[in-house]
Amino acid sequence: MAQYILKRFLSMLVTLWLIVTVTFFLMHSIPGSPFDRDGKEASAAVVQNMMSFYHLDKPLGVQYLLYLKSLLTFDLGPSISHYPTTVNTMIDRGFPVSFQLGAAAILLAIAAGIALGTVAALKQNGIIDYIAMVLAVIGIAVPSFVIAPLLIKYVAVKWGLLPVASWGTWKHVVLPAFALSVGPIATIARLTRANLIEVLTQDYMETARSKGLSPARMIIKHALRNAVLPVVTLLGALLANVLTGSFVIEKIFAIPGMGKYFVDGINNRDYAVIMGTTVFYSALLIFMMFIVDIVYGFIDPRIKLHRKGA
Amino acid sequence: MNNDALLEVDNLHVSFSTYGGEVKAVRGVSLRLHRGETLAIVGESGCGKSVTARSIMRLLPKNNSRITEGSIRFNGRELTRLSEKQMRDVRGSDIAIIFQDAMTALNPTMMIGEQLMEGVIRHQRLSRTEARKRAVEMLQFVGIRDPELRLKQHLHQFSGGMRQRIMIAMAAICSPAVLIADEPTTALDVTIQAQILDLFRMLQRTTQASLIMITHDLGVVASIADRVNVMYAGQVVESAPVKELFRNPQHPYTRGLLDSIPRLDRPRGAKLDAIPGTPPDLFAPPKGCAFAARCPHAMEVCGLFPPDSVKLDGEHTVACWLQDARARTMPPQGPAQVETASASQG
Ligand SMILES: Nc1ncnc2c1ncn2[C@@H]1O[C@H](COP(=O)(O)OP(=O)(O)OP(=O)(O)O)[C@@H](O)[C@H]1O
Ligand code: SF4
Ligand SMILES: [Mg+2]
Repeated sequence: MAQYILKRFLSMLVTLWLIVTVTFFLMHSIPGSPFDRDGKEASAAVVQNMMSFYHLDKPLGVQYLLYLKSLLTFDLGPSISHYPTTVNTMIDRGFPVSFQLGAAAILLAIAAGIALGTVAALKQNGIIDYIAMVLAVIGIAVPSFVIAPLLIKYVAVKWGLLPVASWGTWKHVVLPAFALSVGPIATIARLTRANLIEVLTQDYMETARSKGLSPARMIIKHALRNAVLPVVTLLGALLANVLTGSFVIEKIFAIPGMGKYFVDGINNRDYAVIMGTTVFYSALLIFMMFIVDIVYGFIDPRIKLHRKGA
Repeated sequence: MNNDALLEVDNLHVSFSTYGGEVKAVRGVSLRLHRGETLAIVGESGCGKSVTARSIMRLLPKNNSRITEGSIRFNGRELTRLSEKQMRDVRGSDIAIIFQDAMTALNPTMMIGEQLMEGVIRHQRLSRTEARKRAVEMLQFVGIRDPELRLKQHLHQFSGGMRQRIMIAMAAICSPAVLIADEPTTALDVTIQAQILDLFRMLQRTTQASLIMITHDLGVVASIADRVNVMYAGQVVESAPVKELFRNPQHPYTRGLLDSIPRLDRPRGAKLDAIPGTPPDLFAPPKGCAFAARCPHAMEVCGLFPPDSVKLDGEHTVACWLQDARARTMPPQGPAQVETASASQG
């Protein structure tokens, strides 16, 4: 077990290094520099100073090594477009907001997805099942950036039910979290439904019935756990989905999270911000997948981590 | 004797509706089970043993199966008329079932202890502590060492024989009056089979439970049963005390079964598939004797009318036209009659 965790941890580091390297060189291969702004041309001397301050005048290989070196001390460097704010500060400010949004979206996706899938499976081929699954297909097919403006237009503006375009209370979380979680809700609901239908035909369900258990206990204690287990393996992908989706959603809802900094960073070709947010989110995602893996090993007794690692 | 039967099934008919039509899986089964007695049910695959067992506990799938006729009385109470909710109080508490394959019949992600305890908690309203104590006792009783530790383990941590022991402990934990074991040893190898049969005997000695032992294996029958019901195509064709049945089998099908045992080398583990031919189609069962197409003694009447169940001395009953006084005077039958019989089935 310990050996497995160590091995997974090392491979995490290697993955992260690969992501850093690829992102670094891809980003620098895009034409243009942080200092050509349309209209206001900075003087050649100023640009020269700036370039040397950010090491942009050095050969690419040297820049890369310098970046890796600062990464080792968890220093993501100063922003280019918002000097003297550092990328670390941006993350400090933006991430708690993004985290609230992401966590709300994921919790909502898990709760609503499992509930919807369970109801659909129990009423298999009934009208509720049919409606739920049509909704699920729509939820998977329609991207969140289409749903978000619709939510704003109707729920917020027309019916005035919830506030938008600011941040602070839980009311501000509802709409963007919902927009973000529609796809994941649909995916989880479909998976839960399919698994539960399968589980209900298993022999151990008949055994449970032969013991005189009530249908409620049979479903909650015997069926759901087995049906929901595979959903855990989906959480890694789900997280990636929510993280990337949140960039767009934050922009649409004008939420002051990481997404805003990232999108601005791209527009300004702010290398430090692009690199910093990418590295940060990659590390977060890789780490979460690692956690999901370990947790799965604990909740599914059939999976033996140490065997996989040996 | 019939009056003090603990479980009485009379003229039970069970059908399944399928895409192919209605399967008449059980067609007039009657059985009696007395207190402390072991009744074996034997017969080829598909003859309706499991359907009979599940009907008694009303475990058949609600959406496509139906008890079309007959009665099931437990302690004088008519089970076929109980609501699903009332039936839940009977299941596991008065009547419990042990399935063939404990590997699939137990929940893979739930701790063994949890699965053992939930029955007693449900039926006897025990606290978790009391239930755990009871579960430990049961595991000890069925011969599992370190029960405290084992309670916290999962299915995959046990061997095949151990799993079946757990299954038995689980079924017996509420001290049900009737235990139904549906081929409990079929999935196990021979030495383990013998141990499990010993366990059943010990269980019965200590709890006085009645046992319905469903099996393919006449060796199992000989070693554990008091009485035997031989089933064929959804019907009981012969019923007798075990010694009587082995000594004096009357139904041609029973004789075929007994003849198919390799006697000296492998008395146990003999499979009941040595009679030539296949059982009839249960979508359209023959109107006469169901065994006629395979019976070496078939007569014209066999293909036309179903034989009545005839009571011989004591507890021995047989459903065969050979028992009719008129048949005894007929000359020995040849294979030609077999064709007549199958032809008359249409
Ligand atoms: N759920 C079902 N739907 C349709 N037909 C069924 C169903 N369950 C059983 N049957 C039919 O009922 C008949 C009797 O089956 P049953 O399982 O009782 O046989 P069995 O005597 O237990 O055989 P085996 O020794 O193979 O376990 C079979 O012909 C089977 O096809
Ligand atoms: S009734 Fe006829 S066909 Fe059936 S078992 Fe008896 S002799 Fe054979
Ligand atoms: Mg069976």
